[in-house]
Amino acid sequence: MSTVTKPLGSRGSMARPQLAKNRSGRIGANDKTSYTSTIILLLGALYCLLPLAWVLMASTKSGGDLFTSNTFVPSRHLFDNIVELTQYRGGLYWRWMLNTALYAGVGAFLSAAVSAFAGFALAKYSFKGKQATFMVLLAGVLVPGVILAIPQYFLLAQVGLTNTYWAVLLPQIISPYGIYLARIYAGASVPNEIIEAGRTDGASDLRIFLRLAVPMMAPGLVTVFLFQFVGIWNNFMLPYIMLGDDRLYPITVGLNGLLNQGSTVPALYSLVITGALLSIIPLVVLFLVLQRFWKVDLGAGAVKS
Amino acid sequence: MRRTIRAAVGAGVLAAALVMTGCSSSGSSNSNDGSLGTADKPVKLTFWGWAPNMDKVVDTWNSTHKNIQVTYVKTDAGDPAVTKLLTAIKAGSGAPDLMQAEYQKIPTLVSADAIIDIKKDVSAETTSKFSDGVLSSVTLGSDALYGIPQDSGPMMFYYRADVFKKLGLSVPTTWAEYADVAKKVHEADPKNYLGTFSSADAGEFAGLTQQAGASWWGSDGDSWSVDIDSASTKKVASFWGGLVEDGVIDNQPQYTPEWNKGLAAGTQVGWVSAVWAPGVLAGNAPKTAGKWKMAPLPQWTAGEQATGNWGGSAVAVTSQSKNVKAAVQFNTWLNTSKTAVSQMVTDGGLYPADTVDSKAALATGNGFFKNQPDFYTQAAKIAETVKPFTYGPNVNVAYSAFNDQFGKAAQAKSQQAFLDAAAQMQKITVADLKNSGFTVK
Repeated sequence: MSTVTKPLGSRGSMARPQLAKNRSGRIGANDKTSYTSTIILLLGALYCLLPLAWVLMASTKSGGDLFTSNTFVPSRHLFDNIVELTQYRGGLYWRWMLNTALYAGVGAFLSAAVSAFAGFALAKYSFKGKQATFMVLLAGVLVPGVILAIPQYFLLAQVGLTNTYWAVLLPQIISPYGIYLARIYAGASVPNEIIEAGRTDGASDLRIFLRLAVPMMAPGLVTVFLFQFVGIWNNFMLPYIMLGDDRLYPITVGLNGLLNQGSTVPALYSLVITGALLSIIPLVVLFLVLQRFWKVDLGAGAVKS
Repeated sequence: MRRTIRAAVGAGVLAAALVMTGCSSSGSSNSNDGSLGTADKPVKLTFWGWAPNMDKVVDTWNSTHKNIQVTYVKTDAGDPAVTKLLTAIKAGSGAPDLMQAEYQKIPTLVSADAIIDIKKDVSAETTSKFSDGVLSSVTLGSDALYGIPQDSGPMMFYYRADVFKKLGLSVPTTWAEYADVAKKVHEADPKNYLGTFSSADAGEFAGLTQQAGASWWGSDGDSWSVDIDSASTKKVASFWGGLVEDGVIDNQPQYTPEWNKGLAAGTQVGWVSAVWAPGVLAGNAPKTAGKWKMAPLPQWTAGEQATGNWGGSAVAVTSQSKNVKAAVQFNTWLNTSKTAVSQMVTDGGLYPADTVDSKAALATGNGFFKNQPDFYTQAAKIAETVKPFTYGPNVNVAYSAFNDQFGKAAQAKSQQAFLDAAAQMQKITVADLKNSGFTVK
């Protein structure tokens, strides 16, 4: 409490009773606001967690129990559901999981690499049309990816690549936002002096980039990687448009397909719910592991000049 | 048809994009070499579909026909698959050789030049295996043949025999009796309903008007007519509107979790559905096995025998196929050979459109209807009474107008609103047809 009274006391010879009154008043007000905000935060948490709890409970129920038993009373069919999901059309679900990992992992890696090259070039080299290129990229940041999906489909159809892994990978390799971030980060974290020093020592531009710039840009590139990874993992529209073969589907489109069986076949609710639950796990793990980088990097990129 | 909102939005975006991007390389470029391949150098075909376990049927073909190898691609059901096909057709590549298409989508696909006439490669013996009603949905009343029927969905009435027995109710044979029974069921327990009016299932409503004698579209050469707001449709709309207004049947859409719950918990005591209903019931309410029974749809006039169709598909050859002959050969085997049709019944749970080759496989009855061993014998009789019905090139527009208009009417719970909804549907469908450049009479 001394920390609270000190600044007040330092204002001058304030009467003690008044101070006490002030103090109790302040504490009261503090308590009140903290109660309200706690309640609001709790409600917010409940709002976010309730659907998750529902998925958790529902995934333990058999198809017959799903719509009849009490919503939040768990049952014992989780393992059966996972087995059933695994058996669905010869383990198709796990193939979707691997597909998603491939799309998100490879896509995000390539995207981070392209962003690093492009961002570094835009930040550190001067060439004709540099500003124009950057402006076009900035405009690209403003265009939602969904809008580009159809033109991309037509372009890929011209070269016969629709309905292949490439159809989903290629369009996601270039991320205007990733290049923008990389440029800002390269500008802020790679001093020109280091590049000059490298040149003086006779290193080639590629070597300077790989050996000097990339390590210095690494935290920023991790951010780009994570952004793209989560973006691709959750992407629905692009694979939905590009792919016809459900062996190539990522989780999002695959689960949607399980619900969308046509009116003559029952929707596979239990499978979808269990599948949705399992599909969260890799993202949760990724976030727990990489959370540190994520936070630090956003802050770091924002404050450095 | 059931689909998630996401998928619906997706389909909408795709459709809009198709209109906007004029870059199409239409005009099918079939080399049409008619080659049937050899075991060393097989013809390769792709087949898009979504019927359950169809991959197993295709495997059977591949193991016995080394000269034509088919890759089966399971797509999302219904609208998304059609949209995807149309996109691929517009793009000029990416379409499969063969495509499962719901009957109501065939005029759309034909008018988009997405599927082709295969009449010259299909024998009369093959087409003779289908009932006239089913065949008319792939000929569109012309001399052409735009696909080979796969399965059909003659409509029937399903009810909980145990509940009927307990309440001493007899199975309704006319719609007037249906209304009467609906009232009794609801009065006996206000939680229970004999059925629901589902504003999410335009196909079901279309089938009900088909039974009453409606045919929503008609074609005469190059011009189309729209007759959605006909006396027959009005009759059906006003009947269901009246039941909803009186509150004796439910007004919630089908295929929602809520409705599934009703089936499982026994608050939905009946279901106006089609021959494929056992699969849906078994999936959503497995514990009610043996409690349901099937009967013909109630009739508008006592003693009449008529029904409509809800669901069912044909398999068509697309305009991008370079091996039409091989595709037709596979298609013919798939839908009219004893081997394939039987497997379709046992593995896929389909009700084949081929009435000749399916007899043996259907004779064992349906596992979910053990209390009704002659399920498929009865079904076959009902299937013969399907009335003719013509679909038009903008079924998607009419169906989404149904969802919007009847959705509002069902919530308003007013008979008049149901009639207004039918009139609105007519207006929207005609306007769209004209907008798309069709001649409308």
